[in-house]
Amino acid sequence: MGQIKLSINGKSYTIDADESMPLLWAVRDFVGLTGSKFGCGIAQCGACTMHMDGEPIRSCSVPLASAKGKKITTIEGIGTEDKLHAVQEAWIEEQVPQCGYCQSGQIMSAVALLKTHASPTDEQIDEAMQGNICRCGTYDRIRKAIKRAAVG
Amino acid sequence: MKRRSFLRNTGLTGAGLFVGFSLTQCKVDEVPGIINLLKTNIDNEAIGLALNNYLNIDPSGLITIMAHKPEMGQGTFHSIPLILAEELDVDPDGISIKIAKGDEERYGPQGVGGSGSVRDMWMPLRNLGASARHMLRQAAANTWGIDIKDTSTDNGFVIGKEGVKLSYGDLVEKAKDIEVPETIELKAISEFKYIGKSKKRTDINSKVNGSANFGIDMRVEGMVYASIVHCPGWKGTVKSIDDADTRKIAGVTDVVKTVRPLFKNTQEAVAVIADTYWAALQGARALKVSWEDNKHAISTEDIFKTMHSKTKEDGMLDKENGQFETAFAKSDTPFEATYETPFLSHSPIEPMGCLADVKGDKAEVWATTQTPGWCKGEMAKMLEIKPENITINIPFLGGAFGRRLIHGPILQACDLSKKIGKPVRVLWTREEDTMNGPFRPGSVNALRGTLSAEGKIDSLEHKVVTPSIGHALFGRDASTKVPGSAMAPLHEYYTIPNYRSKYVFMDVDPMPLLWWRSVYSSTNVFAHESFIDELAVAAKKDPMDFRLDLLEDDERKHKLLKTLRQRSDWDKALPEGWGKGVAISHCFQATAAHVVYISKTGTGVKIEKIHTAVDCGIAVNENNIIAQAEGCIVMGLTAAYKDAMIVKDGVTQNSNFHNYRMLRINEIPELDIFVMKNEESPVGAGEPGLPPVAPALTNAIFNLTGNRIRKLPFELDKVGVIG
Ligand code: FES
Ligand code: FES
Repeated sequence: MGQIKLSINGKSYTIDADESMPLLWAVRDFVGLTGSKFGCGIAQCGACTMHMDGEPIRSCSVPLASAKGKKITTIEGIGTEDKLHAVQEAWIEEQVPQCGYCQSGQIMSAVALLKTHASPTDEQIDEAMQGNICRCGTYDRIRKAIKRAAVG
Repeated sequence: MKRRSFLRNTGLTGAGLFVGFSLTQCKVDEVPGIINLLKTNIDNEAIGLALNNYLNIDPSGLITIMAHKPEMGQGTFHSIPLILAEELDVDPDGISIKIAKGDEERYGPQGVGGSGSVRDMWMPLRNLGASARHMLRQAAANTWGIDIKDTSTDNGFVIGKEGVKLSYGDLVEKAKDIEVPETIELKAISEFKYIGKSKKRTDINSKVNGSANFGIDMRVEGMVYASIVHCPGWKGTVKSIDDADTRKIAGVTDVVKTVRPLFKNTQEAVAVIADTYWAALQGARALKVSWEDNKHAISTEDIFKTMHSKTKEDGMLDKENGQFETAFAKSDTPFEATYETPFLSHSPIEPMGCLADVKGDKAEVWATTQTPGWCKGEMAKMLEIKPENITINIPFLGGAFGRRLIHGPILQACDLSKKIGKPVRVLWTREEDTMNGPFRPGSVNALRGTLSAEGKIDSLEHKVVTPSIGHALFGRDASTKVPGSAMAPLHEYYTIPNYRSKYVFMDVDPMPLLWWRSVYSSTNVFAHESFIDELAVAAKKDPMDFRLDLLEDDERKHKLLKTLRQRSDWDKALPEGWGKGVAISHCFQATAAHVVYISKTGTGVKIEKIHTAVDCGIAVNENNIIAQAEGCIVMGLTAAYKDAMIVKDGVTQNSNFHNYRMLRINEIPELDIFVMKNEESPVGAGEPGLPPVAPALTNAIFNLTGNRIRKLPFELDKVGVIG
């Protein structure tokens, strides 16, 4: 156990936890932000995707030790109270979610993609979004929403 | 709350739907403890006066409609209240929709399965909406001293003579005591303002910003976490537990014997209790349990061998029309083929779990259940308490596909909460769910048939060899009685003069089985639509013509297929190196068909485009029907060419998404989905699109490569090479 300092969505937190605890559980169970989800625990599904210093990561497989001193952003941190992120707006326009459980992770992957590729090609979308499973099968709409957000 | 401010609050943040998880309770820049002290709950209290069990209107104008069917992605959170709102004559975008608790005394059946929600609730909810509208109009008529005939309504207002109007909120006090006549006037379908308009789903806003609460997000004060170690092999008891290493893990407080309730195959399990999930999980990983009576030699390889040999058995007659035996014997060129479909896991993306709080003779759960009423009954039985002392809260379900029709993790959480006297959150790992099942039954289907001189089907026999879900769960007799559902949807298909269907039972005990999206249609249709294609080829007929011919007497299906033919450019010449396939099926009273186009790539094929037509009667929310068809296509393709569940010596070999692979975004072809327009009563759209996916694809593969795929799953990148 140790006092671990974390920066999440621009706020800093000190957490008394084991350094081996995955970031996902610290964010959900200690910080109380539950938008990031648990789907597989082995970096296979992307439901837990967050950004660490701007890069998308699978937080179920990143121990707190590696998150120390890094800037973490979660789904709760990409928009504001009054204004959603353009990707979230596109997600509503295209009516992407079904059960919705995978969608925080999908959106975080899409936001990261659009930061590096303002108008991604289909191949770039495939590449960036391949790590995110949607068992409900919303992929076609995800692709359309990313293109919509890229234009808008 | 004022209507305007309500609208603003529910506009984009989704905050109106739930009491969210407030960040202010988190100690920023301090040392936050483990956040178990927050009462995060689903707000399911309706405000205002009740005009019926589903509808409350507050004098301020706020209208609340209860969503009494669990939302698992299928869209009933929106489509069910939408039906009532239409007859009430209010725009569903301006009202509050709340998730109902599990309370079948109040709401009637709440189960979601068999694509039945819209189908079963269509008339009841229209009647409820229309009767409430009548009450409000009568109240206004009384106020103005005019006849009810001289009133009309418009989006939450009753309009009188010369445009005077009163809001539903103004009228509700008087309206609540007004008698409803026995026959209520319903809107004509042409008068619908909201149904059939592809409205935006009201749950979606909360699903893009992390605020939607799923089962896993529910917390109550004093709650602890449980990670479970199940007995490998679907049966058996605990012999001994060595928890020395487990108890060394900081945060672990208890190691408790529990159960894995699964009806006749209930087995023992062990739970590690801790103050964080991570500690509980590490504790479970460090636990050493030895088991008794859990060994058996079940293997899927042997099951399929046995099922193949069982195709030679006579089996039980299910249905017969005409004289199959005589007609079949007449032909010198009979056709026969055998098809195989695998055992599959449901694998909804939210892992299994539940939060339960059992105190004395009362219990409360936050449960991702598809069957709240059944769940309550099972809880009452296990806990030996009265059903009225049980509260079932139903957060959003992170997918289900049938997996949440039964209540293992819910009962497990209840058992643990009762034993340790605290609220317990059970959360299974992905591995515990994938390996322990229950699974979709695998099957072997044997078909035989003959053609007439004109190249029409003269005789056809479809023999289904598969385990019975009813037997696997409840020990129902399936060796002397055909389980009807195992034959779906074979009787609602083509008109064939000499036809019979047969069933052969396969016992796979103790392997647990369960209804999986579209159930036996997902396996039977693959065989049926493949064989129809084989016969079409043998008759040298275009497979589309061949099917249209068989559907001549069935106007709706015929029309659907003709529409699909046109939309998919079926009759256009194919580009070089392309192939095409078609398949249709009827499932839970709806019909869907796909045309799949593929092209050759290396040793395999690439799926270029899928055209789909769906007929589920009146489209309550067309865009959502399209979404369900998309979901069916993705799940159907996954089932066709990803992984089968493999069991060896009683142990499941697949464990997580690396060896039970899902279709991913890079594998999705272009989709073109069309919803048929008609005025037939609506039926559900969640399942019908799934069964014809695999055969439409394999029929296309045959068309392109001459390779007839009779066994699922197959490898898409190898099917281009014959032999
Ligand atoms: S939960 Fe992290 S990738 Fe699946
Ligand atoms: S929306 Fe359900 S898994 Fe993606």
